[in-house]
Amino acid sequence: MILEVEGVEFQYKSKEVLKDIRFELKKNEILSILGPNGVGKTTLLKCMNAILKPKKGAVLIEKENVLELEQIEIARRLGYVPQRCEPARLTAFDAVLLGRMPHMKWSITPDDVMIVESTIKKLHLEEMALRYIDELSGGELQKVGIARAIAQNPKLLLLDEPTSSLDLRNQLEILDTVRDVVRKENVSAIMTMHDLNLAFRYSDKFLFLKNGTIFAAGSMDEITPDIIGEVYGVPVTIENFQDVSVVIPV
Amino acid sequence: MDTSSGEIARRYKEHTGKKITYILAGIVLLFILMVISISLGPVDIPVLEVMQTLFGNKVSQRWDSIIWNIRLPQVLTAIVAGAGLSVAGVVMQSILRNPLGSPFTLGISNAAAFGAAFSVMVLGTGATHTNVGSAVTISNPYITTIVAFGFSLLVTVMILAFSRLRGVTPEVMILVGVAMGSLFTAGTMLLQYFADDTQLASIVFWTFGDVSRASWGELALITFVVVLSIIYFTLERWKYNAIDAGDETAKGLGVNVEQVRLRGMMCASLVTAIIVSFLGVIGFVGLICPHMARRIVGDDHRFLIVASLIIGSLLLLSADTAARMLIEPYQLPVAVLTSFLGAPTFIYLILGGRRI
Repeated sequence: MILEVEGVEFQYKSKEVLKDIRFELKKNEILSILGPNGVGKTTLLKCMNAILKPKKGAVLIEKENVLELEQIEIARRLGYVPQRCEPARLTAFDAVLLGRMPHMKWSITPDDVMIVESTIKKLHLEEMALRYIDELSGGELQKVGIARAIAQNPKLLLLDEPTSSLDLRNQLEILDTVRDVVRKENVSAIMTMHDLNLAFRYSDKFLFLKNGTIFAAGSMDEITPDIIGEVYGVPVTIENFQDVSVVIPV
Repeated sequence: MDTSSGEIARRYKEHTGKKITYILAGIVLLFILMVISISLGPVDIPVLEVMQTLFGNKVSQRWDSIIWNIRLPQVLTAIVAGAGLSVAGVVMQSILRNPLGSPFTLGISNAAAFGAAFSVMVLGTGATHTNVGSAVTISNPYITTIVAFGFSLLVTVMILAFSRLRGVTPEVMILVGVAMGSLFTAGTMLLQYFADDTQLASIVFWTFGDVSRASWGELALITFVVVLSIIYFTLERWKYNAIDAGDETAKGLGVNVEQVRLRGMMCASLVTAIIVSFLGVIGFVGLICPHMARRIVGDDHRFLIVASLIIGSLLLLSADTAARMLIEPYQLPVAVLTSFLGAPTFIYLILGGRRI
């Protein structure tokens, strides 16, 4: 197991948002966190790299509780891609170079530059490497954000709704990229998702949240229409179309 | 496109090399402007003689005295103050995630002006008439400076305290800063209403920032603080880049965003406070120069901090030289000129299509 989450609880002021969250993830697997709006998907993601401080619980990466580490140590183990990366007058290369920050001492080394170059190639961003990111489209900017997180050389990637506000083609490209990286690079990924069909297509494991706790979890064959119906309050059926599971509200 | 190994890195190095060239050109330009500025004034001193005097060869007793006692401190004060205000502006814009962040827009200058007015009126450090130059001088400049400094620190403390209380977010900092600014402006107006002619004159006189006010000792003190802050900001340069990419991205990269924000704000405010309390309010340098620098080297703080301080120096030095030449033999305070630069800057910001 690369990741074990043990009894994470989170409170916002006096309101309990997450309670007793437990799950595990293997190397080279993608997990999707699913559930209705406001259930705490993003909160859970942020608890995992201590952007939000959980009240209780542990997040073990290779048996080491990252919640007890310094923020910079966490950044060496977990890469985080927020829902929206802010554009600035930086080149894509500079933006990806930022991913080397947690490993940097005083200045960048030739190694850092090399890692950034190979990351850019891996994600096929060569064309935009020296373009300013405030001139990139939403999809391109999102890819730069993912490249930055990969340049961090993490064991686990956290992606907050990586496909929100992207068109169909970009959605597929982004998730293809994530899958590619996870398969080849010895990392795992956790992403929060709204689109169930995309989640089914690209993830190995699923975690359904309801009322701040895990309602169901498992791989595709453990997910039933009843679970989805309960979680979202909408009756659905799951059909199989050319080996891809598709959710259809009924 | 050729993407053989190292090709992107090579092109990236070219790209950053260009920025370094601009910065070096700026330094050369600043040196040239410095010599020209020293040579110009009520007494014109040829450039060559200026150079000779600067290198320690006494050309004439009179010129020597003018250069070392009047022109050089004034020119260096303009350079240091311009650099300090501009760097403070760059950092505030980054940590507040707002292109309008500057020492001027956040109430620090207004508080210093109030402090000076308070000192003149209430502590009686007020004015004596003289017939030369600016017509008014302040009889006890040190107390005025200290009180002005105290009030600008007070605003800083208020901004930081409210941020602690309500969350260290750009919104809280900006709103508290703007509120403090208008509070102290109101306070200054109230004091001015009850001031007699002489007091009013010295309050207004103080408000117009002027780089000819600083002596060598004061210049040394300002320089010390400005240099320390530039070193600190340079150490934090990557963190400012990370914050530019968004708070969450920065946190994901291991940056303690709140701490960077609080310390950066404290340091930028301190620089502003010390400059403003010795020289008076010098508006807009801290707002304009960072934007000019962004236009040339982009938002990468590795280059932006240096570029901003050079442009700040260049701008304040040119403005001061112009102010000295405009209505000879009188000298305008440099702040009168820089304030006029405000409006075109805002329009430039809008037309330049920067995100606001």
